[in-house]
Amino acid sequence: MAFVPGQPVTAVVERIEIQKLFQGENLILGFSIGGGIDQDPGQNPFSEDKADKGIYVTRISPGGPADVAGLRIGDKIMQVNGWDMTMVTHDHARKKLTKKSEHVVRLLVTRKSLEEVVKHSMGRP
Amino acid sequence: MDNDSQYSGYSYKSSHSRSSRKHRDRRDRHRSKSRDSSSRGDKSVTIQTPGEPLLDAESTRGDDRDDNWGETTTVVTGTSEHSISNEDLTRATKDLEDSTPLQCKRFVGPVLGGCLSFFALITPLAFLILPQVLWRDDLDTCGTPCEGLYVSLAFKLLVLLISSWALFLRPPRATLPRFFVFRCLLMVLVFLFVASYWLFYGVRVLEPREKDYRGIVEYAASLVDALLFIQYLALVLLEVRHLQPAFCLKVVRSADGASKFYNVGHLSIQRAAVWVLDRYYSDFPVYNPALLNLPKSILSKKMTGFKVYSLDENTTNNSTGQSRAMIAAAARRRDNSHNEYYYEEAEMERRIRKRKARLVVAVEEAFTHIKRLHKDEATSSPKHPREEMDPREAAQAIFAPMARAMQKYLRTTRQQAFHSMESIISHLQFCITHNMTPKAFLERYLTPGPTMQYQQQTGGGRQWTLVSEEPVTSALRQGLVFSLRRLDFSLVVTVTPLPFLRLGEEFIDPKSHKFVMRLQSETSV
Repeated sequence: MAFVPGQPVTAVVERIEIQKLFQGENLILGFSIGGGIDQDPGQNPFSEDKADKGIYVTRISPGGPADVAGLRIGDKIMQVNGWDMTMVTHDHARKKLTKKSEHVVRLLVTRKSLEEVVKHSMGRP
Repeated sequence: MDNDSQYSGYSYKSSHSRSSRKHRDRRDRHRSKSRDSSSRGDKSVTIQTPGEPLLDAESTRGDDRDDNWGETTTVVTGTSEHSISNEDLTRATKDLEDSTPLQCKRFVGPVLGGCLSFFALITPLAFLILPQVLWRDDLDTCGTPCEGLYVSLAFKLLVLLISSWALFLRPPRATLPRFFVFRCLLMVLVFLFVASYWLFYGVRVLEPREKDYRGIVEYAASLVDALLFIQYLALVLLEVRHLQPAFCLKVVRSADGASKFYNVGHLSIQRAAVWVLDRYYSDFPVYNPALLNLPKSILSKKMTGFKVYSLDENTTNNSTGQSRAMIAAAARRRDNSHNEYYYEEAEMERRIRKRKARLVVAVEEAFTHIKRLHKDEATSSPKHPREEMDPREAAQAIFAPMARAMQKYLRTTRQQAFHSMESIISHLQFCITHNMTPKAFLERYLTPGPTMQYQQQTGGGRQWTLVSEEPVTSALRQGLVFSLRRLDFSLVVTVTPLPFLRLGEEFIDPKSHKFVMRLQSETSV
């Protein structure tokens, strides 16, 4: 998933739809994010390329909406409801995920294993 | 109201002895001229504008001002031309007290001190000379050691002389209501010293006609040493002790609330008062009584209160009950005077800004009319003969276009009492001479300056009254309050001690300044 600056990014993504859950007054999704263009990318344990400043999933609460929808720890989030997440600040990503007016978030996520799956399936026939 | 006291009211007591005489004569002449012209001014037409009696009372001081510059002005008197108005009466009484002769009390202190120090300086010389004069032949000759002592004596006396001149021969700047304790102490000390030395000298040297001249010279040298030490003591007590700040004084002017904070050292109340007044003249904006009150039009609404009629038979508790009821009723009634005040303030702001803009433009344009003539341009072609003017004429030439705008601005900001046409022209002349820009010229009129700036108009010494519940020679301490009163306002001074500072230390190794990027922040959504 290394990206060359200036070139369009290509990745194999999975579409995940998460229904927000009401917990008291708040709408929660059940996972934690890390990363962003204002953060230190070297600290990211999940990224392949340590210069990648994208948004990654760092923790999933078991049994929560994200877990149920199929989000895995270490996923990189590419889009949220159509909004780009590859070049945003941490706070911007948080805002786009926690909009009170939206009860469903549709994420495009990518992970290493997806590429291998595609390669496998392309290699077979 | 007899509050035309701002600048006509400052009494003309000066604080200098010799130079004051010149000032006083000049001022006497000036004052009598003003008295005549103002009495002439009192006879003109009156148009009284409500709510501004103070303002127009000032404009009766026509002095040197030609009232027709810019536009015709209106002058107010309270009464007809054949009676003496209240203002005239107060002015007359003030002039009376101004014309009292210079108080002798002021000179007692310095003269006494001067005599004492002269006497003290002469004494060692007298000690040396008297034996030579009286019984020269009986004296033991004393060679080199005495001459050494002569030299040291001479130099010590010279040092004493110079330092006395530097420290003590300054004209006093204020007369204090009570004795200045330290100064009295020192004078007494000097007197005792010198007297005891003379006593000893008289008994032990003059009587038995002492022959040991060297002993006498050493005795004189010891006196000079003692005098030097007393002078050191004087230096410490009078000049040095109060330098380290110990108290914070808050000075508030009672008339309009202008306040300042000052740090002073250990002083007595009267000395602190003099110190505060020194600072007052250069820090506080000038007192302008015309700017003080809410216009009567706003306040008068409150005057029409309710009338309370009591229907009770007994009249015991009537007065308190009635007044309380009136106050309660007035409080309950919805009054919009704050509204009017707000709009009036906004209107006034707008008017001032408009006039200021006109003034600035007029002055800028006026300054473009003249140009400084340099030496090499002096011989210009005969086709364009230029009339050379000195600064005064130049100032008068460019004053005309800006006069009207200036006068309107001064009226709007209620400053016209402080600036007469003459003073404006001389300021203009001053600015032209020193190559100042229009903005520099206007600086004096756009912001109210410290009181010191307006001194020349009235000149002379100032009479202040120190009002205090403690004796004025006691030292400053926490919680003390005293006030300095003038005729129409007073300065209230509150004393608080400066806090004790506990200073700690923290050492930072310059190599310890290291930075990292912020950790990945994790937000749960």
